[in-house]
Amino acid sequence: MGKTEQKAILRVERLGKHFGGVQAVHDVSFSLRQGEFLGIIGPNGSGKTTLVNLITGFVKPDSGRVIYRGENITAKKPYTVAGLGVARTFQMVRLFYNLPAYKNLIIPLSSPRVKKLRGGEYGERDDVAVDLLDDMGFERDSFVPYKLAGSLPHGYLKRLDLARAMALRPELLILDELFSGMAMSEVASTLPLIEKFHEEGLTIIMIEHRLKELFRVVDRVMVLNFGEKIADGSSQEVMTTEAVKKAYLGIEVEIG
Amino acid sequence: MPVIALLVLPIVLKGYWGKVLVYACIFGLLALSWDFLACCGLFSLGQALFFGLGAYVAGILSYYLHWPPVLTIPAAILGGGLLSAALLSPVLRLRGVYFAMVTLMMPLLFMKMIETTGLFGGSHGLSALPPFPNEWVAKYLAVGAFLFVLFIFRRMMSEDYGLVLKAIRDDDRAVMSAGINIYWRKTQALFVAGAVGAFAGAFMTHHYQFVGMTVFALDYSILPLAGSALGGPGTFAGPALGSMILIPLSEALRALGGLRIALYCIILILSVIALPEGVFHYIERRYHQFERLVKVG
Repeated sequence: MGKTEQKAILRVERLGKHFGGVQAVHDVSFSLRQGEFLGIIGPNGSGKTTLVNLITGFVKPDSGRVIYRGENITAKKPYTVAGLGVARTFQMVRLFYNLPAYKNLIIPLSSPRVKKLRGGEYGERDDVAVDLLDDMGFERDSFVPYKLAGSLPHGYLKRLDLARAMALRPELLILDELFSGMAMSEVASTLPLIEKFHEEGLTIIMIEHRLKELFRVVDRVMVLNFGEKIADGSSQEVMTTEAVKKAYLGIEVEIG
Repeated sequence: MPVIALLVLPIVLKGYWGKVLVYACIFGLLALSWDFLACCGLFSLGQALFFGLGAYVAGILSYYLHWPPVLTIPAAILGGGLLSAALLSPVLRLRGVYFAMVTLMMPLLFMKMIETTGLFGGSHGLSALPPFPNEWVAKYLAVGAFLFVLFIFRRMMSEDYGLVLKAIRDDDRAVMSAGINIYWRKTQALFVAGAVGAFAGAFMTHHYQFVGMTVFALDYSILPLAGSALGGPGTFAGPALGSMILIPLSEALRALGGLRIALYCIILILSVIALPEGVFHYIERRYHQFERLVKVG
Protein backbone atom coordinates (compact mmCIF):
# COMPACT_ATOMS: atom_id res chain seq x y z
CA MET A 1 0.00 0.00 0.00
CA GLY A 2 1.21 3.44 -0.92
CA LYS A 3 1.73 6.21 1.52
CA THR A 4 -1.27 8.26 0.37
CA GLU A 5 -3.51 5.28 1.01
CA GLN A 6 -2.67 5.48 4.69
CA LYS A 7 -4.18 8.94 5.02
CA ALA A 8 -7.64 9.15 6.53
CA ILE A 9 -10.13 10.40 3.96
CA LEU A 10 -13.01 10.40 6.43
CA ARG A 11 -13.01 10.71 10.18
CA VAL A 12 -16.23 10.41 12.14
CA GLU A 13 -15.90 11.55 15.75
CA ARG A 14 -18.42 10.64 18.43
CA LEU A 15 -21.41 11.27 16.20
CA GLY A 16 -24.80 11.26 17.87
CA LYS A 17 -28.39 11.87 16.82
CA HIS A 18 -31.74 11.20 18.41
CA PHE A 19 -35.21 11.48 16.96
CA GLY A 20 -37.56 12.24 19.83
CA GLY A 21 -36.80 9.61 22.42
CA VAL A 22 -35.02 7.27 20.04
CA GLN A 23 -31.24 7.40 20.05
CA ALA A 24 -30.71 6.60 16.36
CA VAL A 25 -26.94 7.00 16.42
CA HIS A 26 -24.99 7.09 19.66
CA ASP A 27 -21.36 8.08 20.03
CA VAL A 28 -20.15 6.46 16.80
CA SER A 29 -16.53 7.04 15.81
CA PHE A 30 -14.53 5.52 13.00
CA SER A 31 -12.08 6.54 10.34
CA LEU A 32 -11.57 5.49 6.80
CA ARG A 33 -8.33 5.35 4.85
CA GLN A 34 -8.06 6.55 1.28
CA GLY A 35 -9.02 3.65 -0.96
CA GLU A 36 -10.50 1.55 1.81
CA PHE A 37 -13.67 -0.47 1.40
CA LEU A 38 -15.77 -0.46 4.56
CA GLY A 39 -18.90 -2.51 5.08
CA ILE A 40 -21.47 -1.42 7.64
CA ILE A 41 -23.93 -4.00 8.88
CA GLY A 42 -26.45 -4.21 11.63
CA PRO A 43 -30.02 -5.28 12.31
CA ASN A 44 -32.93 -3.19 11.04
CA GLY A 45 -33.20 0.14 12.82
CA SER A 46 -29.63 0.03 14.06
CA GLY A 47 -28.87 3.49 12.67
CA LYS A 48 -27.03 2.64 9.47
CA THR A 49 -29.02 4.90 7.19
CA THR A 50 -29.07 7.67 9.78
CA LEU A 51 -25.29 7.46 9.92
CA VAL A 52 -25.16 7.93 6.14
CA ASN A 53 -27.57 10.85 6.40
CA LEU A 54 -25.38 12.43 9.07
CA ILE A 55 -22.23 12.10 6.99
CA THR A 56 -23.84 13.40 3.80
CA GLY A 57 -25.55 16.34 5.48
CA PHE A 58 -29.15 15.26 5.06
CA VAL A 59 -29.56 15.12 8.83
CA LYS A 60 -27.86 17.43 11.32
CA PRO A 61 -26.13 15.65 14.20
CA ASP A 62 -26.78 16.51 17.85
CA SER A 63 -23.17 15.91 18.71
CA GLY A 64 -19.85 14.91 17.18
CA ARG A 65 -17.96 15.85 14.06
CA VAL A 66 -17.42 14.60 10.54
CA ILE A 67 -14.02 15.38 9.02
CA TYR A 68 -13.55 14.78 5.32
CA ARG A 69 -10.05 15.30 3.92
CA GLY A 70 -9.17 17.41 6.94
CA GLU A 71 -12.18 19.65 6.48
CA ASN A 72 -14.97 19.80 9.01
CA ILE A 73 -18.13 18.97 7.05
CA THR A 74 -20.42 18.48 10.05
CA ALA A 75 -23.91 19.75 9.26
CA LYS A 76 -22.82 21.15 5.90
CA LYS A 77 -25.55 21.21 3.28
CA PRO A 78 -26.01 17.98 1.28
CA TYR A 79 -25.03 19.69 -1.98
CA THR A 80 -21.88 21.09 -0.41
CA VAL A 81 -20.86 17.64 0.81
CA ALA A 82 -21.68 16.13 -2.59
CA GLY A 83 -19.68 18.90 -4.24
CA LEU A 84 -16.64 17.81 -2.24
CA GLY A 85 -16.90 14.35 -3.77
CA VAL A 86 -19.02 12.36 -1.36
CA ALA A 87 -21.67 10.60 -3.44
CA ARG A 88 -24.37 8.34 -2.11
CA THR A 89 -27.16 6.09 -3.23
CA PHE A 90 -30.47 5.88 -1.43
CA GLN A 91 -31.99 2.83 0.19
CA MET A 92 -35.33 3.86 -1.26
CA VAL A 93 -34.16 4.92 -4.67
CA ARG A 94 -34.58 8.61 -5.32
CA LEU A 95 -34.68 9.28 -9.00
CA PHE A 96 -36.30 11.62 -11.46
CA TYR A 97 -39.08 9.37 -12.67
CA ASN A 98 -40.45 11.82 -15.20
CA LEU A 99 -37.15 12.00 -17.07
CA PRO A 100 -35.65 9.40 -19.40
CA ALA A 101 -33.08 7.20 -17.63
CA TYR A 102 -30.03 8.82 -19.23
CA LYS A 103 -31.34 12.32 -18.52
CA ASN A 104 -31.25 11.42 -14.82
CA LEU A 105 -27.48 11.56 -15.07
CA ILE A 106 -27.51 15.01 -16.64
CA ILE A 107 -28.34 16.41 -13.20
CA PRO A 108 -25.06 15.40 -11.51
CA LEU A 109 -23.24 15.97 -14.79
CA SER A 110 -24.33 19.60 -14.75
CA SER A 111 -23.21 20.15 -11.15
CA PRO A 112 -20.47 22.70 -10.41
CA ARG A 113 -18.20 19.85 -9.24
CA VAL A 114 -18.24 17.98 -12.54
CA LYS A 115 -17.85 21.23 -14.45
CA LYS A 116 -14.74 22.03 -12.43
CA LEU A 117 -13.29 18.55 -12.89
CA ARG A 118 -13.82 18.82 -16.62
CA GLY A 119 -11.89 22.06 -16.69
CA GLY A 120 -14.88 24.35 -17.00
CA GLU A 121 -16.27 22.39 -19.93
CA TYR A 122 -19.44 20.38 -19.77
CA GLY A 123 -18.77 18.49 -22.99
CA GLU A 124 -21.37 16.26 -24.56
CA ARG A 125 -23.30 15.40 -21.45
CA ASP A 126 -25.76 13.11 -23.20
CA ASP A 127 -22.90 10.97 -24.53
CA VAL A 128 -21.22 10.82 -21.14
CA ALA A 129 -24.53 9.79 -19.60
CA VAL A 130 -25.15 6.98 -22.09
CA ASP A 131 -21.55 5.76 -21.68
CA LEU A 132 -21.98 5.60 -17.92
CA LEU A 133 -25.23 3.71 -18.23
CA ASP A 134 -23.64 1.30 -20.67
CA ASP A 135 -21.07 0.50 -17.97
CA MET A 136 -23.90 -0.20 -15.58
CA GLY A 137 -25.46 -2.72 -17.92
CA PHE A 138 -27.98 -0.51 -19.69
CA GLU A 139 -27.16 -1.63 -23.21
CA ARG A 140 -26.43 1.41 -25.32
CA ASP A 141 -28.14 0.05 -28.39
CA SER A 142 -31.30 -1.01 -26.61
CA PHE A 143 -34.12 1.35 -25.79
CA VAL A 144 -33.54 1.00 -22.04
CA PRO A 145 -31.41 4.15 -21.46
CA TYR A 146 -34.01 6.25 -23.25
CA LYS A 147 -37.07 5.00 -21.42
CA LEU A 148 -38.65 7.07 -18.67
CA ALA A 149 -37.03 6.17 -15.37
CA GLY A 150 -40.48 5.62 -13.89
CA SER A 151 -41.13 2.76 -16.28
CA LEU A 152 -37.99 0.77 -15.47
CA PRO A 153 -37.96 -2.31 -13.20
CA HIS A 154 -36.54 -2.03 -9.69
CA GLY A 155 -33.16 -3.59 -10.44
CA TYR A 156 -32.51 -1.02 -13.14
CA LEU A 157 -33.55 1.79 -10.84
CA LYS A 158 -31.01 0.69 -8.26
CA ARG A 159 -28.28 0.67 -10.87
CA LEU A 160 -29.47 4.00 -12.23
CA ASP A 161 -29.11 5.37 -8.70
CA LEU A 162 -25.57 4.00 -8.61
CA ALA A 163 -24.86 5.58 -11.99
CA ARG A 164 -26.20 8.89 -10.71
CA ALA A 165 -23.79 8.73 -7.79
CA MET A 166 -20.87 7.76 -10.06
CA ALA A 167 -21.64 10.57 -12.50
CA LEU A 168 -20.55 12.98 -9.78
CA ARG A 169 -17.02 11.53 -10.06
CA PRO A 170 -16.91 10.82 -6.33
CA GLU A 171 -13.90 10.24 -4.14
CA LEU A 172 -16.00 8.60 -1.47
CA LEU A 173 -18.98 6.50 -2.48
CA ILE A 174 -21.61 5.52 0.06
CA LEU A 175 -23.94 2.72 -0.97
CA ASP A 176 -27.02 2.40 1.19
CA GLU A 177 -28.37 -1.12 0.65
CA LEU A 178 -27.77 -1.08 -3.04
CA PHE A 179 -28.64 -4.74 -3.40
CA SER A 180 -31.93 -4.72 -1.54
CA GLY A 181 -34.67 -5.84 -3.88
CA MET A 182 -32.23 -6.77 -6.63
CA ALA A 183 -32.45 -10.15 -8.32
CA MET A 184 -29.57 -12.59 -7.74
CA SER A 185 -28.40 -12.19 -11.31
CA GLU A 186 -28.39 -8.40 -10.99
CA VAL A 187 -26.37 -8.58 -7.80
CA ALA A 188 -23.94 -10.90 -9.54
CA SER A 189 -23.45 -8.45 -12.38
CA THR A 190 -23.28 -5.32 -10.19
CA LEU A 191 -20.81 -6.63 -7.62
CA PRO A 192 -17.87 -6.81 -10.05
CA LEU A 193 -18.57 -3.20 -11.03
CA ILE A 194 -18.21 -2.07 -7.45
CA GLU A 195 -15.05 -4.14 -7.07
CA LYS A 196 -13.72 -2.44 -10.17
CA PHE A 197 -14.43 1.02 -8.74
CA HIS A 198 -12.59 -0.03 -5.60
CA GLU A 199 -9.60 -1.32 -7.54
CA GLU A 200 -9.47 1.98 -9.38
CA GLY A 201 -8.92 3.65 -6.02
CA LEU A 202 -12.39 4.74 -4.99
CA THR A 203 -13.07 4.75 -1.25
CA ILE A 204 -16.35 3.00 -0.57
CA ILE A 205 -18.71 2.59 2.36
CA MET A 206 -21.26 -0.11 1.75
CA ILE A 207 -24.28 -0.79 3.89
CA GLU A 208 -25.72 -4.16 3.12
CA HIS A 209 -27.88 -6.94 4.45
CA ARG A 210 -26.53 -9.49 1.99
CA LEU A 211 -23.56 -10.42 4.10
CA LYS A 212 -22.13 -13.07 1.82
CA GLU A 213 -21.69 -10.63 -1.05
CA LEU A 214 -20.53 -7.89 1.29
CA PHE A 215 -17.84 -9.98 2.95
CA ARG A 216 -16.47 -10.93 -0.43
CA VAL A 217 -15.58 -7.38 -1.37
CA VAL A 218 -14.93 -5.31 1.76
CA ASP A 219 -11.64 -4.76 3.59
CA ARG A 220 -13.27 -4.09 6.92
CA VAL A 221 -16.65 -4.41 8.58
CA MET A 222 -18.29 -2.23 11.19
CA VAL A 223 -21.34 -3.45 13.09
CA LEU A 224 -24.03 -1.18 14.51
CA ASN A 225 -26.71 -2.15 16.95
CA PHE A 226 -29.22 0.29 18.50
CA GLY A 227 -27.17 3.14 17.14
CA GLU A 228 -23.93 2.03 18.75
CA LYS A 229 -20.83 0.59 17.22
CA ILE A 230 -20.41 -2.91 18.63
CA ALA A 231 -17.63 -4.23 16.43
CA ASP A 232 -15.08 -3.05 13.88
CA GLY A 233 -12.53 -5.22 12.09
CA SER A 234 -12.11 -7.89 9.46
CA SER A 235 -15.19 -9.89 8.59
CA GLN A 236 -13.76 -12.95 10.36
CA GLU A 237 -13.09 -11.01 13.56
CA VAL A 238 -16.41 -9.26 13.54
CA MET A 239 -18.59 -12.28 13.01
CA THR A 240 -16.95 -14.18 15.83
CA THR A 241 -17.53 -11.32 18.28
CA GLU A 242 -20.01 -12.34 20.95
CA ALA A 243 -21.98 -9.05 20.82
CA VAL A 244 -22.48 -9.36 17.10
CA LYS A 245 -23.75 -12.90 17.34
CA LYS A 246 -26.18 -11.76 20.00
CA ALA A 247 -27.34 -8.77 17.93
CA TYR A 248 -28.15 -11.07 15.08
CA LEU A 249 -29.94 -13.41 17.48
CA GLY A 250 -27.71 -16.30 16.89
CA ILE A 251 -28.17 -16.46 13.17
CA GLU A 252 -25.43 -18.58 11.69
CA VAL A 253 -23.52 -16.63 9.12
CA GLU A 254 -21.42 -18.31 6.56
CA ILE A 255 -18.31 -16.40 5.67
CA GLY A 256 -16.65 -16.30 2.32
CA MET B 1 -50.47 29.21 -36.91
CA PRO B 2 -51.44 30.40 -33.44
CA VAL B 3 -48.45 32.74 -33.55
CA ILE B 4 -49.61 34.35 -36.78
CA ALA B 5 -53.13 34.58 -35.42
CA LEU B 6 -51.84 36.38 -32.34
CA LEU B 7 -49.84 38.77 -34.48
CA VAL B 8 -52.76 39.56 -36.76
CA LEU B 9 -55.38 39.82 -34.04
CA PRO B 10 -54.28 43.24 -32.74
CA ILE B 11 -54.98 44.67 -36.20
CA VAL B 12 -58.35 43.01 -36.55
CA LEU B 13 -59.61 43.50 -33.04
CA LYS B 14 -60.60 47.08 -32.36
CA GLY B 15 -61.80 48.85 -29.28
CA TYR B 16 -63.24 46.64 -26.61
CA TRP B 17 -62.03 43.27 -27.92
CA GLY B 18 -58.60 44.71 -28.50
CA LYS B 19 -58.51 45.45 -24.80
CA VAL B 20 -59.62 41.92 -24.05
CA LEU B 21 -56.72 40.60 -26.12
CA VAL B 22 -54.25 42.66 -24.12
CA TYR B 23 -55.90 41.47 -20.94
CA ALA B 24 -55.66 37.85 -22.07
CA CYS B 25 -51.95 38.27 -22.86
CA ILE B 26 -51.28 39.78 -19.45
CA PHE B 27 -53.04 36.95 -17.68
CA GLY B 28 -51.28 34.59 -20.07
CA LEU B 29 -47.96 35.97 -18.84
CA LEU B 30 -49.02 35.43 -15.25
CA ALA B 31 -50.07 31.88 -16.10
CA LEU B 32 -46.66 31.27 -17.70
CA SER B 33 -44.99 32.65 -14.61
CA TRP B 34 -47.10 30.29 -12.49
CA ASP B 35 -46.25 27.31 -14.68
CA PHE B 36 -42.55 28.11 -14.51
CA LEU B 37 -42.61 27.90 -10.73
CA ALA B 38 -44.72 24.76 -10.89
CA CYS B 39 -42.07 23.21 -13.12
CA CYS B 40 -39.58 23.24 -10.28
CA GLY B 41 -42.09 22.11 -7.70
CA LEU B 42 -43.04 25.50 -6.31
CA PHE B 43 -46.80 25.66 -6.15
CA SER B 44 -47.73 29.32 -5.98
CA LEU B 45 -51.05 30.90 -5.10
CA GLY B 46 -49.64 34.40 -5.20
CA GLN B 47 -48.96 35.55 -8.73
CA ALA B 48 -50.55 38.81 -7.54
CA LEU B 49 -47.41 39.43 -5.52
CA PHE B 50 -45.25 39.53 -8.64
CA PHE B 51 -47.88 41.47 -10.55
CA GLY B 52 -48.36 43.97 -7.75
CA LEU B 53 -44.65 44.49 -7.11
CA GLY B 54 -44.05 45.20 -10.80
CA ALA B 55 -47.03 47.50 -10.94
CA TYR B 56 -45.92 49.50 -7.91
CA VAL B 57 -42.28 49.73 -8.96
CA ALA B 58 -43.35 51.13 -12.32
CA GLY B 59 -45.96 53.36 -10.68
CA ILE B 60 -43.60 54.78 -8.08
CA LEU B 61 -40.83 55.46 -10.56
CA SER B 62 -43.09 57.32 -12.94
CA TYR B 63 -45.10 59.17 -10.27
CA TYR B 64 -42.28 60.39 -8.07
CA LEU B 65 -39.34 60.41 -10.48
CA HIS B 66 -41.28 61.04 -13.70
CA TRP B 67 -39.54 58.24 -15.57
CA PRO B 68 -41.08 57.38 -18.94
CA PRO B 69 -42.47 53.85 -19.56
CA VAL B 70 -39.36 52.97 -21.59
CA LEU B 71 -37.39 53.10 -18.34
CA THR B 72 -39.99 52.11 -15.76
CA ILE B 73 -40.86 48.81 -17.42
CA PRO B 74 -37.30 47.42 -17.52
CA ALA B 75 -36.75 48.75 -14.01
CA ALA B 76 -39.95 47.05 -12.87
CA ILE B 77 -38.93 43.75 -14.48
CA LEU B 78 -35.58 43.82 -12.72
CA GLY B 79 -36.82 45.30 -9.46
CA GLY B 80 -39.94 43.13 -9.34
CA GLY B 81 -37.90 40.01 -10.03
CA LEU B 82 -35.34 40.86 -7.35
CA LEU B 83 -37.98 41.80 -4.79
CA SER B 84 -39.96 38.61 -5.46
CA ALA B 85 -36.87 36.48 -5.11
CA ALA B 86 -35.80 38.30 -1.95
CA LEU B 87 -39.23 38.09 -0.33
CA LEU B 88 -39.87 34.44 -1.08
CA SER B 89 -36.39 32.93 -0.88
CA PRO B 90 -36.54 32.62 2.93
CA VAL B 91 -39.52 30.27 2.59
CA LEU B 92 -38.10 28.11 -0.20
CA ARG B 93 -37.57 25.36 2.33
CA LEU B 94 -41.32 25.06 2.63
CA ARG B 95 -42.84 22.62 0.24
CA GLY B 96 -46.20 22.06 -1.39
CA VAL B 97 -49.15 23.56 0.37
CA TYR B 98 -47.04 25.42 2.95
CA PHE B 99 -45.22 27.36 0.28
CA ALA B 100 -48.57 27.99 -1.41
CA MET B 101 -50.01 29.46 1.81
CA VAL B 102 -47.16 31.93 2.18
CA THR B 103 -47.48 33.05 -1.43
CA LEU B 104 -51.23 33.45 -0.94
CA MET B 105 -50.72 35.67 2.10
CA MET B 106 -47.93 37.88 0.75
CA PRO B 107 -50.00 39.99 -1.68
CA LEU B 108 -52.75 40.39 0.92
CA LEU B 109 -50.12 41.60 3.35
CA PHE B 110 -48.95 44.25 0.90
CA MET B 111 -52.51 45.30 0.19
CA LYS B 112 -53.31 45.85 3.85
CA MET B 113 -49.99 47.56 4.46
CA ILE B 114 -50.62 50.09 1.72
CA GLU B 115 -54.17 50.61 2.91
CA THR B 116 -53.34 51.23 6.55
CA THR B 117 -50.12 53.19 6.19
CA GLY B 118 -51.34 55.28 3.28
CA LEU B 119 -48.02 54.66 1.61
CA PHE B 120 -47.75 55.41 -2.13
CA GLY B 121 -51.15 57.03 -2.30
CA GLY B 122 -52.73 54.53 0.08
CA SER B 123 -56.16 53.34 -0.96
CA HIS B 124 -56.39 56.06 -3.62
CA GLY B 125 -53.33 54.76 -5.44
CA LEU B 126 -51.17 56.74 -7.82
CA SER B 127 -52.96 58.19 -10.81
CA ALA B 128 -52.27 60.28 -13.93
CA LEU B 129 -49.28 58.16 -14.89
CA PRO B 130 -47.87 58.39 -18.41
CA PRO B 131 -49.57 56.06 -20.91
CA PHE B 132 -48.03 54.19 -23.83
CA PRO B 133 -47.52 56.38 -26.95
CA ASN B 134 -50.45 54.74 -28.70
CA GLU B 135 -52.60 51.65 -28.52
CA TRP B 136 -50.57 49.78 -31.16
CA VAL B 137 -47.48 49.91 -29.00
CA ALA B 138 -49.49 48.60 -26.08
CA LYS B 139 -51.13 45.80 -28.03
CA TYR B 140 -47.96 44.59 -29.68
CA LEU B 141 -45.94 44.93 -26.52
CA ALA B 142 -48.40 42.66 -24.70
CA VAL B 143 -48.65 40.13 -27.52
CA GLY B 144 -44.92 40.24 -28.20
CA ALA B 145 -43.95 39.76 -24.57
CA PHE B 146 -46.42 36.93 -24.23
CA LEU B 147 -45.04 35.06 -27.25
CA PHE B 148 -41.45 35.83 -26.29
CA VAL B 149 -41.84 34.45 -22.77
CA LEU B 150 -43.72 31.41 -24.07
CA PHE B 151 -40.91 30.52 -26.46
CA ILE B 152 -38.09 31.31 -24.06
CA PHE B 153 -39.68 29.18 -21.34
CA ARG B 154 -40.28 26.26 -23.68
CA ARG B 155 -36.73 26.51 -24.92
CA MET B 156 -35.33 26.73 -21.41
CA MET B 157 -37.17 23.63 -20.28
CA SER B 158 -35.81 21.54 -23.10
CA GLU B 159 -32.26 22.57 -22.19
CA ASP B 160 -30.26 21.08 -19.34
CA TYR B 161 -31.09 24.09 -17.20
CA GLY B 162 -34.76 23.21 -17.32
CA LEU B 163 -33.93 19.58 -16.73
CA VAL B 164 -32.46 20.46 -13.35
CA LEU B 165 -35.60 22.41 -12.45
CA LYS B 166 -37.81 19.47 -13.41
CA ALA B 167 -35.57 17.17 -11.41
CA ILE B 168 -36.04 19.41 -8.35
CA ARG B 169 -39.79 18.91 -8.71
CA ASP B 170 -39.32 15.14 -8.95
CA ASP B 171 -36.96 14.72 -6.02
CA ASP B 172 -35.11 17.61 -4.47
CA ARG B 173 -33.00 15.42 -2.18
CA ALA B 174 -31.64 13.49 -5.13
CA VAL B 175 -30.72 16.79 -6.78
CA MET B 176 -28.91 17.87 -3.62
CA SER B 177 -26.96 14.62 -3.54
CA ALA B 178 -25.93 15.38 -7.11
CA GLY B 179 -24.07 18.40 -5.76
CA ILE B 180 -26.45 21.08 -6.94
CA ASN B 181 -27.55 23.92 -4.67
CA ILE B 182 -31.29 23.63 -5.05
CA TYR B 183 -32.05 26.76 -3.03
CA TRP B 184 -30.01 28.89 -5.38
CA ARG B 185 -31.74 27.33 -8.39
CA LYS B 186 -35.14 27.90 -6.84
CA THR B 187 -34.21 31.51 -6.10
CA GLN B 188 -33.28 31.94 -9.74
CA ALA B 189 -36.63 30.47 -10.73
CA LEU B 190 -38.35 32.91 -8.38
CA PHE B 191 -36.50 35.78 -10.01
CA VAL B 192 -37.52 34.68 -13.51
CA ALA B 193 -41.16 34.08 -12.56
CA GLY B 194 -41.18 37.31 -10.57
CA ALA B 195 -39.72 39.29 -13.46
CA VAL B 196 -42.36 38.00 -15.86
CA GLY B 197 -45.15 38.76 -13.40
CA ALA B 198 -43.65 42.18 -12.72
CA PHE B 199 -43.63 43.00 -16.41
CA ALA B 200 -47.34 42.18 -16.54
CA GLY B 201 -47.92 44.48 -13.59
CA ALA B 202 -45.81 47.33 -14.94
CA PHE B 203 -47.58 47.04 -18.28
CA MET B 204 -50.98 47.37 -16.66
CA THR B 205 -49.82 50.35 -14.62
CA HIS B 206 -49.12 52.30 -17.80
CA HIS B 207 -52.07 50.82 -19.62
CA TYR B 208 -54.50 52.05 -16.96
CA GLN B 209 -52.31 55.06 -16.14
CA PHE B 210 -53.01 54.16 -12.56
CA VAL B 211 -51.73 51.90 -9.85
CA GLY B 212 -53.66 51.07 -6.71
CA MET B 213 -53.70 48.37 -4.11
CA THR B 214 -56.09 46.29 -6.21
CA VAL B 215 -53.01 45.08 -8.11
CA PHE B 216 -52.48 42.75 -5.15
CA ALA B 217 -56.03 41.41 -5.47
CA LEU B 218 -56.75 37.72 -5.41
CA ASP B 219 -57.88 37.78 -9.07
CA TYR B 220 -54.31 38.05 -10.23
CA SER B 221 -53.43 34.95 -8.27
CA ILE B 222 -56.45 32.83 -9.04
CA LEU B 223 -57.12 33.58 -12.72
CA PRO B 224 -53.65 32.52 -13.95
CA LEU B 225 -53.99 29.36 -11.90
CA ALA B 226 -57.41 28.70 -13.40
CA GLY B 227 -56.02 29.31 -16.88
CA SER B 228 -53.23 26.83 -16.22
CA ALA B 229 -55.64 24.24 -14.85
CA LEU B 230 -57.86 24.63 -17.89
CA GLY B 231 -55.02 24.58 -20.40
CA GLY B 232 -52.90 21.90 -18.79
CA PRO B 233 -49.96 22.74 -16.56
CA GLY B 234 -46.36 21.77 -17.17
CA THR B 235 -46.11 22.69 -20.82
CA PHE B 236 -46.33 26.50 -20.94
CA ALA B 237 -48.41 26.09 -24.08
CA GLY B 238 -51.22 24.76 -21.90
CA PRO B 239 -51.43 27.71 -19.51
CA ALA B 240 -51.00 30.09 -22.46
CA LEU B 241 -53.89 28.44 -24.27
CA GLY B 242 -55.95 28.30 -21.10
CA SER B 243 -55.64 32.03 -20.52
CA MET B 244 -56.51 32.71 -24.16
CA ILE B 245 -59.73 30.75 -23.66
CA LEU B 246 -60.59 31.83 -20.15
CA ILE B 247 -60.17 35.60 -20.35
CA PRO B 248 -62.19 36.20 -23.54
CA LEU B 249 -64.78 33.78 -22.21
CA SER B 250 -65.07 35.66 -18.97
CA GLU B 251 -65.45 38.92 -20.92
CA ALA B 252 -68.07 37.40 -23.21
CA LEU B 253 -70.03 36.38 -20.15
CA ARG B 254 -69.92 39.89 -18.72
CA ALA B 255 -73.44 40.54 -20.03
CA LEU B 256 -74.75 38.03 -17.53
CA GLY B 257 -73.74 40.27 -14.65
CA GLY B 258 -73.40 38.54 -11.31
CA LEU B 259 -74.14 35.15 -12.78
CA ARG B 260 -70.95 35.45 -14.80
CA ILE B 261 -68.74 34.29 -11.97
CA ALA B 262 -71.04 31.39 -11.17
CA LEU B 263 -71.06 30.19 -14.77
CA TYR B 264 -67.36 30.73 -14.94
CA CYS B 265 -66.83 28.52 -11.92
CA ILE B 266 -69.04 25.83 -13.41
CA ILE B 267 -66.99 25.83 -16.61
CA LEU B 268 -63.81 25.49 -14.57
CA ILE B 269 -65.16 22.65 -12.46
CA LEU B 270 -66.41 20.84 -15.54
CA SER B 271 -63.09 21.26 -17.29
CA VAL B 272 -61.21 19.88 -14.29
CA ILE B 273 -63.53 16.87 -14.12
CA ALA B 274 -63.79 16.19 -17.84
CA LEU B 275 -60.28 17.14 -18.90
CA PRO B 276 -58.08 16.87 -15.82
CA GLU B 277 -54.98 16.87 -17.99
CA GLY B 278 -56.00 20.18 -19.57
CA VAL B 279 -57.11 21.23 -23.01
CA PHE B 280 -53.61 21.35 -24.43
CA HIS B 281 -52.73 17.77 -23.55
CA TYR B 282 -56.09 16.67 -24.91
CA ILE B 283 -55.52 18.37 -28.24
CA GLU B 284 -51.95 17.12 -28.37
CA ARG B 285 -53.05 13.54 -27.86
CA ARG B 286 -55.82 13.84 -30.41
CA TYR B 287 -53.34 15.29 -32.86
CA HIS B 288 -50.95 12.36 -32.39
CA GLN B 289 -53.82 9.92 -32.81
CA PHE B 290 -54.82 11.66 -36.00
CA GLU B 291 -51.26 11.61 -37.26
CA ARG B 292 -50.98 7.89 -36.65
CA LEU B 293 -54.29 7.32 -38.36
CA VAL B 294 -53.16 9.19 -41.41
CA LYS B 295 -49.85 7.32 -41.47
CA VAL B 296 -51.55 3.94 -41.28
CA GLY B 297 -54.13 4.91 -43.91
